[in-house]
Amino acid sequence: MTKPKLAVYWAASCGGCDIAILDIEEKILAVADFFDLAFWPCVADFKYKDVAALDDGAITLTLFNGAIRNDENFAIAELLRRKSVVLCAFGSCASDGGIPGMANFYERQTIFDYVYGKSPSTVNPDKVYPQPLTKVPEGEIYIPAMWDTVWTLPQVVDVDYVIPGCPPQSDQIAAVVGAVIDILKNGKPLPPKGTVLGATDKSCCDECLRQRDVKKIKKFVRPFEIIPDPDLCLMEQGILCVGPATRGGCGAKCVAAGMPCRGCYGLPANIRDQGAKMVSALASVIDSTDPEEIGRIMAAIPDPLGTFYRFTLADSLLRRAQV
Amino acid sequence: MSFEPKIIGILCNWCSYTGADLAGTARMKYPANMRSVRVMCSGRVDPGFIFDALAHGADGVLICGCHPGDCHYVEGNYKCMRRIPLTQRLLQDMGIDPRRLRLEWVSASEGGRFQKIVTEFTEEIRALGPLKLRDMKFDMNRPDRYSLMAEAGDTVHTY
Ligand code: FES
Repeated sequence: MTKPKLAVYWAASCGGCDIAILDIEEKILAVADFFDLAFWPCVADFKYKDVAALDDGAITLTLFNGAIRNDENFAIAELLRRKSVVLCAFGSCASDGGIPGMANFYERQTIFDYVYGKSPSTVNPDKVYPQPLTKVPEGEIYIPAMWDTVWTLPQVVDVDYVIPGCPPQSDQIAAVVGAVIDILKNGKPLPPKGTVLGATDKSCCDECLRQRDVKKIKKFVRPFEIIPDPDLCLMEQGILCVGPATRGGCGAKCVAAGMPCRGCYGLPANIRDQGAKMVSALASVIDSTDPEEIGRIMAAIPDPLGTFYRFTLADSLLRRAQV
Repeated sequence: MSFEPKIIGILCNWCSYTGADLAGTARMKYPANMRSVRVMCSGRVDPGFIFDALAHGADGVLICGCHPGDCHYVEGNYKCMRRIPLTQRLLQDMGIDPRRLRLEWVSASEGGRFQKIVTEFTEEIRALGPLKLRDMKFDMNRPDRYSLMAEAGDTVHTY
């Protein structure tokens, strides 16, 4: 019997998702046992042409991590969509834009000017910028051209499931992969299309073990400014925690360790915009009815946009900054 | 054709919507640019409503609630009062003029005030011009997309 095929791809991502998959420890052996690896650039030398040569629908499961920010990302997203029966957006970048999505605060030119010009570690007196096409003696070589706007995978191709997280937690990956193997082995029905796998529908706060009382905040502090009480809700201590606007499933590990939630699991069910939800959450905890005092308390939040949309700007209602 | 701003007004049921009604029954004239949405309380206005309106073609959003202290749910308008400045700051950081979002308190007896606010706000948005948002939808045929997939991998797998 031929084994079902598995593909894993990285688009605009850091590679952490691939490592998180390997991090499921000995369960990776069951994966290798059950699946035939069709494509996984991070761990073995596959070529795009090998994938292109497959029949449409030949790959049973594709875990696609990374956002879409150049034509190569997009081309491979389209290619893998055609070749796969089930396409999963794997990790924050693929599902919500993730950290690369924050490039939507700027445009390509601004980013290039900084990275290849102004950044303190750059010396580039001749203003050498990456070019899509370069002539060399052997001919022309091409590198993918970066776009102004970062997109999420579901915005550019049809996606079956989403597995959120930056990266998705290994125990959750192991559970999802185990469930997929079980479904395929025993001919069970797949979950409905669009299901978010490896996470809960509720917020991160739902899993947080810290004690919650009435939240009344007069002042926000940054984590390094105080030694937080180990058992009390961080927000109650004035630390800006994005937990109320973030999907659970991670086990609230950061919060347990005293670091506020940064929002990597994306939006909880039935919420459309992480920043909007966060504004609502903050508005309920600020203890003031005086517009001037409210203004002062709010002004002390260093970077609301980057904090509330750290992982979901590309998927937010307004998508990108208007520059 | 001259620019007619599209404005979404979100009015609380108990004071502002009644105030707007009063302006209507008293036959006070104000620009027809505002489409009003009635909510039970200004505290119901999730900032997501505002972003959604702007993302779907509104040029400005006006929110009206009971005067502070008069909210029928006691605290709702204080919540709104705390939400709007932060929402405006997000808009500003997104490169959208924060004046496109305005919060006003209008009581049930202030038909005249409502008329004045809507008129002023409409003129302000008219002066700001249409809100143009870029890249709201992915365009398969984007001009900065180089050749790749069309040539089925020829370019793709060369490296
Ligand atoms: S009822 Fe009018 S603002 Fe709450």
